[in-house]
Amino acid sequence: MAAKYELKLGAATREAFGKALVELGKTDENVVVCDADLSKSTFTHLFGKEFPSRFFSCGIAEANMVSIGAGLASSGKIAFVASFSAFVLNKGFEQLRVNVAYSGIPLKVVGTHSGISIGEDGPSQMSVEDISLACSLAGFTVISPVDEVAMFSLVKQAAYHPGAVFIRAGRVKVPVIYGPDQKFEIGKGIQLTEGTDLTLISTGLMVAECLKAAAALEAEGISARVIDLHTIKPIDRDIIAKAAAETGCILVAEEHLVDSGLGVRVAQVVAETNPCVMEFHGINNTYAESGLPEEVLEKYKMTAADVAVSARKALARKKG
Amino acid sequence: MTRTSDLSELQAMARTVRRDIIEMIGAAKSGHPGGSLSAVEILVTLYFDVMKHDPANPAWPQRDRFILSKGHAAPVLYSVMAESGYTPKDQLNTLRRIGSIYQGHPDRRFIPALEASTGSLGVGLSLGLGMAEAAKLDKSPSRTYVVLGDGEIQEGQIWEAAMYAGFHKVDNIVAILDNNRIQLDGWVKDIMAIEPLAEKWAAFGWHVIEVDGHDIVALQAAFAEAEATKGKPSILIAHTVKGKGVSFMENNPKYHGVAPTKEEVELALKEIG
Repeated sequence: MAAKYELKLGAATREAFGKALVELGKTDENVVVCDADLSKSTFTHLFGKEFPSRFFSCGIAEANMVSIGAGLASSGKIAFVASFSAFVLNKGFEQLRVNVAYSGIPLKVVGTHSGISIGEDGPSQMSVEDISLACSLAGFTVISPVDEVAMFSLVKQAAYHPGAVFIRAGRVKVPVIYGPDQKFEIGKGIQLTEGTDLTLISTGLMVAECLKAAAALEAEGISARVIDLHTIKPIDRDIIAKAAAETGCILVAEEHLVDSGLGVRVAQVVAETNPCVMEFHGINNTYAESGLPEEVLEKYKMTAADVAVSARKALARKKG
Repeated sequence: MTRTSDLSELQAMARTVRRDIIEMIGAAKSGHPGGSLSAVEILVTLYFDVMKHDPANPAWPQRDRFILSKGHAAPVLYSVMAESGYTPKDQLNTLRRIGSIYQGHPDRRFIPALEASTGSLGVGLSLGLGMAEAAKLDKSPSRTYVVLGDGEIQEGQIWEAAMYAGFHKVDNIVAILDNNRIQLDGWVKDIMAIEPLAEKWAAFGWHVIEVDGHDIVALQAAFAEAEATKGKPSILIAHTVKGKGVSFMENNPKYHGVAPTKEEVELALKEIG
């Protein structure tokens, strides 16, 4: 089943985000964008070039940017603010909490260069806690698209979503999983492969690794279901409960601190619905380091082979 | 009360607002009287004369925006909003009680006519800049007024906002600094001095107007000067007295965040008249 995915390399999700903004800008003059001196990296410069009067360059001042975005949104604009995930969430967290979440303002927040796959720049620019931070903002919707197709569609949906949204984007080019006609719905996960022995649940670039791991497991006679949870909050309880009931074993893989990301949120649903064996694959209580993205991912066990190891461990526990 | 430029009417309203503040905080048995009393003339002049707003239509897109960035002075805002007709006057004394619309700090969930939920210091000026930029995009005459505490400008984000407003020439925003010289732990000059104020704001590209923050006529003139100033944001450095109008609270750091006792309430109301 997993073999049906060719996983050809596509664009980085940050680039798809930038292109989606331009599309939005063309069809809706209410769309505005703020950036904090990283527009060439976040790809908001595409919007800035096309619509300069609706592009607000805030300098290297993320806290100010988030609050300005909140002010624009509270005056009726469809406002996006973007920076590296590490900066917009960590430096703007207080503003996201007070001016956006608590105030009920539907700001759209985009964090690029998430996870450890940014590579050479190292841990100060990496974001291994952004899912945790974003999910801790009451009322926020948190989205982590897997490829350019998902990002393009979900950014456009997020624009018209009634509440505040955080979108997690990556730096590196990632494999394309979805065809151009794929439908995405905020809050609804997508089952990518059938499977009966265990379920691999993931988000962002680890979904492709889970598909590769599933193919390897299949060769061993193991039937692995793969689920893309592109929306982390609100989480798709139905797809998780069904997987727990039908496969009795779940491995969550994520490019994030393992004790505060997607896995613990999936575990909550499993505990509340159909308790089953679970394992968690992610970054373990540490910060990564500089290196080529593929080297960093390999060293910190974010590859299909590593996912397969964790999957076998989970299955062994299931079999008791 | 309907809007007026008449000095005696505005002064009478200032007395009413001071009474409201004392009664509210007295009833709540907690709150921040000092910084509420210091801002009375600023808010009375804005709400009853300067600002274009309509309590019957709080969502009017072209309304002027008001943000109390120093959110702990909520009682002064609640009083002017109630006296304007936004919210019920007869519930003011439910301040800080469970379920009250008059929360400890301004909360839009309870009063939708509020432009901002505030209370965490340092963020209001940036929020106001977003509203001001939206008004410019919409070619709306709406102006944005943000009241800052003097201790509040120790927060770094204030200076990010100051730099943005000066550089981007956001001339439809007015900051009002309630310079009452006292913060929670004591005198501002002893905690973290902020002087020279005028020079700092001017260096960030602002038009600076120094004004007696209790002189309504001077405040009216200062707001008019701000409105006439194009190509620059304006700030009123309003020299005020913490606890103004109640002798035992004036210039007394104790009353930053301590409610008056029942006896003190009576004494204060007698003084205010």
